[in-house]
Amino acid sequence: MTPIIDYMALSAVLFAIGVIGVLIRRNVIVMFLAIELMLNAVNLAFVALGRRIGSMDGQVIVFFVMTVAAAEAAVGLAIIISMFRNRETVNADELNLLRW
Amino acid sequence: MTIELVIGAIKAVVIVLLVLGLTTLMLWFERKGSALIQDRIGANRADVLGLGKRFGLPNFGVINTVLADPIKMFTKEDFVPDGADRFLHGLAPFLALFPIIITFAVAPMGDILRIGKYEIDLQPANLDVAALYVLATIGIGVYGVALGGWASNNRWALLGGIRASAQMISYEIAMSLAIIAVVVTYGTLDLQQMCRAQGGVWFGFLPRWGILLQPVSFLLLLISGMAESKRVPFDLPESESELVAGYFTEYSGGKQAVFMMTDFAEVLLVAVLITVFFFGGWQAPWLYRDGFHFPGGASWPLPNLAIAILQFAAFWIKVIIFSCLQILIRWTLPRLRYDQLMRLGWKGLVPLGLLNLVATAFVVVAAGGK
Amino acid sequence: MPQWLFAFLAALAIIGALGTILQRNLIHCVLGFALVLIDLGVLFMGLGAVTVGFLQIIVYVGAIMVLFLFVIWLLNVQADTGVRGGASLGLKLLGAIAAAALAAELFVIFSHAPKLREVRTIAPSFGSVATLAHVLFSRYLIAFETTSLLLLASIVGAVALARRLAGQSAAIAALPPRSSARAAEARREVA
Repeated sequence: MTPIIDYMALSAVLFAIGVIGVLIRRNVIVMFLAIELMLNAVNLAFVALGRRIGSMDGQVIVFFVMTVAAAEAAVGLAIIISMFRNRETVNADELNLLRW
Repeated sequence: MTIELVIGAIKAVVIVLLVLGLTTLMLWFERKGSALIQDRIGANRADVLGLGKRFGLPNFGVINTVLADPIKMFTKEDFVPDGADRFLHGLAPFLALFPIIITFAVAPMGDILRIGKYEIDLQPANLDVAALYVLATIGIGVYGVALGGWASNNRWALLGGIRASAQMISYEIAMSLAIIAVVVTYGTLDLQQMCRAQGGVWFGFLPRWGILLQPVSFLLLLISGMAESKRVPFDLPESESELVAGYFTEYSGGKQAVFMMTDFAEVLLVAVLITVFFFGGWQAPWLYRDGFHFPGGASWPLPNLAIAILQFAAFWIKVIIFSCLQILIRWTLPRLRYDQLMRLGWKGLVPLGLLNLVATAFVVVAAGGK
Repeated sequence: MPQWLFAFLAALAIIGALGTILQRNLIHCVLGFALVLIDLGVLFMGLGAVTVGFLQIIVYVGAIMVLFLFVIWLLNVQADTGVRGGASLGLKLLGAIAAAALAAELFVIFSHAPKLREVRTIAPSFGSVATLAHVLFSRYLIAFETTSLLLLASIVGAVALARRLAGQSAAIAALPPRSSARAAEARREVA
């Protein structure tokens, strides 16, 4: 049997990789994927801890996170499409109209 | 422990071999059946060393299908176009076939078979969330086709891949709604339990098959299943007249054969799902655990082994019938336009599936289900 | 879940995650992430959350990731510069070190939680469809119903955002490209 701490460690690693992804990539779609990766790392922690305390709440929260992620993906990708249509780029550094 | 592993391995081998064998049978049926429909003769030439001719045997094109064509396919040059993503181009056909093949792991081929002290469940993998498993594997099946189209570095192929993935995602919703309605009806996600629930008779003679409870779901599953397998009348992803061959334009030899096999495996899969959900799975009419009990009182007791064989045969006969039905539909109906396809999926099947689901839920609650 | 299986799945998840953020071709990034998602689904099942594991595969891999593929194809985005380009490499290295420090900090915190090392057995019904549905439709009913509103709102929002009104496309085509990738390169060269 794998102790829960191993799952938590994996969750931490995946979350850190997600953070690194947002920091080092400038492509909006990859940054979006990295954010989804962080969401999923947290999901893993929820399920693992829910199992540890023997409660279904962790899984219910994961269910909601998944729903919200679906909604977020739909709207986020629509934003990326309209952004690309107006500026012809998906590079976050070039989306600088509001930059001071 | 060891013997259970061996039994599991045997079940796995049996189902995979059966599926592969039946895909070949379907291929043969498609060729001769289409020839029959179009008033042609169809494949009738290939022979082994002229033996068939010498002994005056009629040639039904079986050797064409099982021997000549596979040898031709797998010895052809495996061509990868310039600028293609070599890794994904090679991976895509298997990414398409693999999810379909593993879905058959939950196909209930029969009830319990007793040999000595062992009780063998004739479902290769007894999963209590089998319906979810089916939906998950079908969902993954989109990738092979989509990536095959993209990795070929060809406009026709990419268009075909995009069409295929859009079509499969759209019709997956209708398919899920049909399956969920069936799940609500039987109150279980376990395919084996569903089959058991379809045993027995109504009014003394009518088998309690799901088609009588969920006729709308049956239609939904048949239509969306045919759309999932991307065949006429829903063959927009590979429409030969506009897109050359769609997502497998740039495939040749063995890899193209794998894509073709995927098509037929999907036809079989849809037939398996229809059989399990709506036609009693392994239930043969009036066959119970101890033998036949015909309407009118006559009965014929049978040993367990004979019953298991009968159930196994009943299951696969039904699957073959529904596979052939799909092939007949393919060769009879004209093709839809792409906008008609999307309209049918989103404005026809999805609302119908939702209505059916709500109605089912009301009836189940009114009938005092859990 | 046996230790060796966990080790294999964990390694696969980390490889997939690294592939997601390091590869230059966007399609490969999405595939790396799909690998992570399937892998996490299996891990969920190993933790007893069978329903959530399958839902993860159906919803995330079967729908959301395909949507990503669609958008990448629709925009016809070519392979980009990968981790190079944009801010200086030193800053990025600093960010990566900071993120690694975050992970290390989490490790330290977890290692001080002795209860995480205990193995606890669970009832066989834990994580089944019936159990999950029971919790969802009793304690979390309002949240569940609100979710459907959220989904409806997001559908409407996505259509409104991505839709091109009549005449709009012609107007956009007439506009000079403000900041295309080529223009940016030209600017960089001038600078």
